[in-house]
Amino acid sequence: MTEFSFIPLFTWIVSLLAVPMILLFRKRPDAREGVTFLAAFMKLGMIFMMLPLIREGKILHFKFGEILPGIPIEFRVDGLGMLFALVASSLWILTTLYSIGYMRGLKEHDQTRFFCCFAISLSATIGVAFAGNLLTLYIFYEILSLSTYPLVTHHGDKEARSGGRTYLSHLLGTSVAFVLPAMIYCYLKKGGDINFTDGSLLTTNIDAGAGLIVLLAFTFGFAKNGLMPFHSWLPNAMVAPTPVSALLHAVAVVKVGVFCVIRVFTGVFGIELLEKLDIAVVVSWIAAFTVITSSLMALSQDNLKRRLAFSTIGQLSYIILGVSLLSDFGVTGSILHVAMHAFGKITLFFCAGAIYVAMHKKYVIELVGIGRKMPITMTAFAIGSLSVIGLPVTGGLVSKWYLVMGTAQSEQIALLVVFLISSILNACYFLPIVYRAFFCRPEESLYEGGRQEAPLACLIPLCITALLSVISFFNPGLFIELAELIIK
Amino acid sequence: MTEHFPILILLVPLFGALIVVLLGRERPDQCWVTSLISLGISSLISFFTVIAVLSGKVQELRYRMGGWPESEGYEIGIELRVDILAALVVFAVTLIGFVNTIYSKTRAEAEVQGKVPFFYALMQLLIVGLCGIVMTNDAFNLYVLIEITSLTSYALIAMGNRRAALSSFNYVIMGTIGASFYLIGVGYLYIKTGTLNIDDIHMVLGQKNLWADQSIIVAFIFIMLGVWTKMAFFPLHGWLPNAYAYAPSMTGTFMAPLMTKVMVYVMIRVMLWLFGYKFVYSGQYIWGELIIWMSVLAIVAGSLLALARTDIKKMLTYLIVAEVGYMVGGAWLGNVTGQAGAFYHILSDAAMTFCLFIAASIIVLRVGDSRVNAFDGLFRKMPLTMIGFTVGALSMIGLPPTCGFFSKWYLISGGIEAGHWEYVCALIFSSLVNAVIFFRIFERAYFGKISGVKEDHFPTDSDANPDIRIKEVPWSMLIPLFLASGTVLLLGIMNRSLFEWIQTALKMMNT
Repeated sequence: MTEFSFIPLFTWIVSLLAVPMILLFRKRPDAREGVTFLAAFMKLGMIFMMLPLIREGKILHFKFGEILPGIPIEFRVDGLGMLFALVASSLWILTTLYSIGYMRGLKEHDQTRFFCCFAISLSATIGVAFAGNLLTLYIFYEILSLSTYPLVTHHGDKEARSGGRTYLSHLLGTSVAFVLPAMIYCYLKKGGDINFTDGSLLTTNIDAGAGLIVLLAFTFGFAKNGLMPFHSWLPNAMVAPTPVSALLHAVAVVKVGVFCVIRVFTGVFGIELLEKLDIAVVVSWIAAFTVITSSLMALSQDNLKRRLAFSTIGQLSYIILGVSLLSDFGVTGSILHVAMHAFGKITLFFCAGAIYVAMHKKYVIELVGIGRKMPITMTAFAIGSLSVIGLPVTGGLVSKWYLVMGTAQSEQIALLVVFLISSILNACYFLPIVYRAFFCRPEESLYEGGRQEAPLACLIPLCITALLSVISFFNPGLFIELAELIIK
Repeated sequence: MTEHFPILILLVPLFGALIVVLLGRERPDQCWVTSLISLGISSLISFFTVIAVLSGKVQELRYRMGGWPESEGYEIGIELRVDILAALVVFAVTLIGFVNTIYSKTRAEAEVQGKVPFFYALMQLLIVGLCGIVMTNDAFNLYVLIEITSLTSYALIAMGNRRAALSSFNYVIMGTIGASFYLIGVGYLYIKTGTLNIDDIHMVLGQKNLWADQSIIVAFIFIMLGVWTKMAFFPLHGWLPNAYAYAPSMTGTFMAPLMTKVMVYVMIRVMLWLFGYKFVYSGQYIWGELIIWMSVLAIVAGSLLALARTDIKKMLTYLIVAEVGYMVGGAWLGNVTGQAGAFYHILSDAAMTFCLFIAASIIVLRVGDSRVNAFDGLFRKMPLTMIGFTVGALSMIGLPPTCGFFSKWYLISGGIEAGHWEYVCALIFSSLVNAVIFFRIFERAYFGKISGVKEDHFPTDSDANPDIRIKEVPWSMLIPLFLASGTVLLLGIMNRSLFEWIQTALKMMNT
């Protein structure tokens, strides 16, 4: 089953090797972006090379030397890691195309640094996705926090700095304060390596009290998952350029947070142990609280990107809630939601950025009547909204279906109600934007004149991601297959 | 040949010091080369000593000074004893001494004009003293060597700026009190056991079963207080910040990483070799719990005091106070993991403090301002220096793969194993405070406006500002910085084997 392979290493390193090349071509923007594309396509290609093997149920692993007694730096590619890597690296290609349109359209400064940090972040993301044990996961998690800091603070003004400060203090602070001691505790308890093959802690005689503390330390410690009360870094990180918000703060960074939580639930503790200890329900209710509260907060946000950020916080908690149900459907649903939400939310961010590039608008009230001006963008926005709300014909419905079935399966009817209320709230904060963009009396419309879309480089990616949202509704088989590998 | 290594490590810089003084009158320009060579030889020998001790043929090297024959019963002569732990610390001392001499090349002439030969002579004597402290197996000889290091360091500090003399005087008072406490303790031990050799004292204490003896307990307390004063264990740290901050920069860069660490080594040695773990960790005395709490206090207070400083060097000196708390706490946890973690931290803290002090000295020198706003825009102005500084700072915070992460890992492991959660919390608290301290600096260095340079709308765009000239310092200062930051990473990567060697050596003393 477990097979030694160099491909995980190459997949991880290819975007890292792109960094010196990007620096080399800093004076020639086209060659520089060419390097990024090359790295992104190679990364995706290697992931596709691994895909058939993973679907057969094999696990690919690669091991560096032991770095601490008994703990190696190790890559292990399984279904969950594969799914996440697949989503992140395929969206990287689209985001690169989009970045070119966005950054050049706005004549942004320091583009070389931007693309360098982006490449490093992607390496760290793949590192997390492929991490075979807790220490490897932790190391790449920290690298991701540090490498995205220059992206968040890209503008370098006062707002960006304070956003960056919140960003680092929340992400670094919680990981050092909670994850590190919890990790060492597990290591000592287990007496060795904490890999994700089985419920590592199952063999130890951990009691419910200690188990709960460790579980909460992990769940709050991986603060990239946006769980309240450590969520405020995400809205503040919206000062970043939109491609960063799109790929990192809708896909890579935040999904790394929930990915770590899924790993902790399924890999470190194991569903079996959590059922025995009966502690996951605490996490369920914290996540449920976050789902409702963040949706309510999203209603009152006028800045479009901030509204999307609060929506992301809620959707991330769906995933945590799903996995904490401990039922097969719940876990499958939350893993699926990693992919489905990624397609939907990145579309929305791309649209927000396209609106900013073309019209320089970033507030919701300014979008009345924009549907006639930017029909393609706003259609994509509508599809993205449907996906996030969980309506047909978008992939969001598939994952939400599984999540709701998960609540039924574990007989948590109250949590089912939470999902339903949240869906209504999601509709409340997205649909009015779409409605008013398209349907308004001519005198209400803030826009006149013919169509004026963003540059093609911005437009193509958002069409593709919108399309992906739809395709994933009709053809979710691959994702379901990968998600179910973890349950077996 | 191998058996003469311990004494050769001491003799080469000792004679180097004499030659430097003799040369100083006629050829002051040769002083640097001479001391570079002598310290280079010394660190090479100590490197071979590490290899010799590790090779397994000899577990430890013992060298009888003056060729005293092995006597029946008590040892009469002074004995040098080098096991893997001592060899590692000696290697650290000589290597940092060597690298610091490279750094001193331009600084010595600029900061201590006219006293250059004496500076190099004193520096080498200080290194002799420190290596001697680590290697000697004689409790009284240890006192003598402590005094040698103290006297040389008083003089070295006093060479600094206007305020250095006063801080040196402060150090003299505290240092003398500490040393005399230690001496009183040794006196008690001598009265009770009739010997000064560390192994013999331990043996006699066991044979006569003096563990519960009042005077032995008093001796232990005196020795501990003495050692703590010398290592600046909070609240006995008052002398340290001013002394290291106002000393000449090349003195500060050497003494800050090493003086306190060597005394931590002495503490571990006194605890495990002189008194033995049964006496130190026995539940019969309350001091174990008390000292852990004191170390917690030291860590918290050191971190907060550092946070409150705006002067870079002062801030770093308070961080040393916190780090001393780490090591004292680790050594007193009562398990091998904690002790080995504390010992590993001696090495890693020496590397990262050295790195940070060199970087800070370079920055203070170039910018001419020792406050935190000296860092404004430095990532653009002095990128190389800042890379070195960043490595050291990340290690201080404790991020992988720097050695700071691994020492924290081992210390926290020890804390959890022993059930001392207060210590674990203190370590994490200090990590977080360090993160605040250093990211505050990074933010300034990254975004801060460079004074005298016209900034346009985007302050971080170096392509748009051709006016910003990179003003790095000479290579004689950058090479040491890179060696230091390289060592920080190397110690991190090598942590597993290092830790295993340390653990094996310490396990023998815990059974």
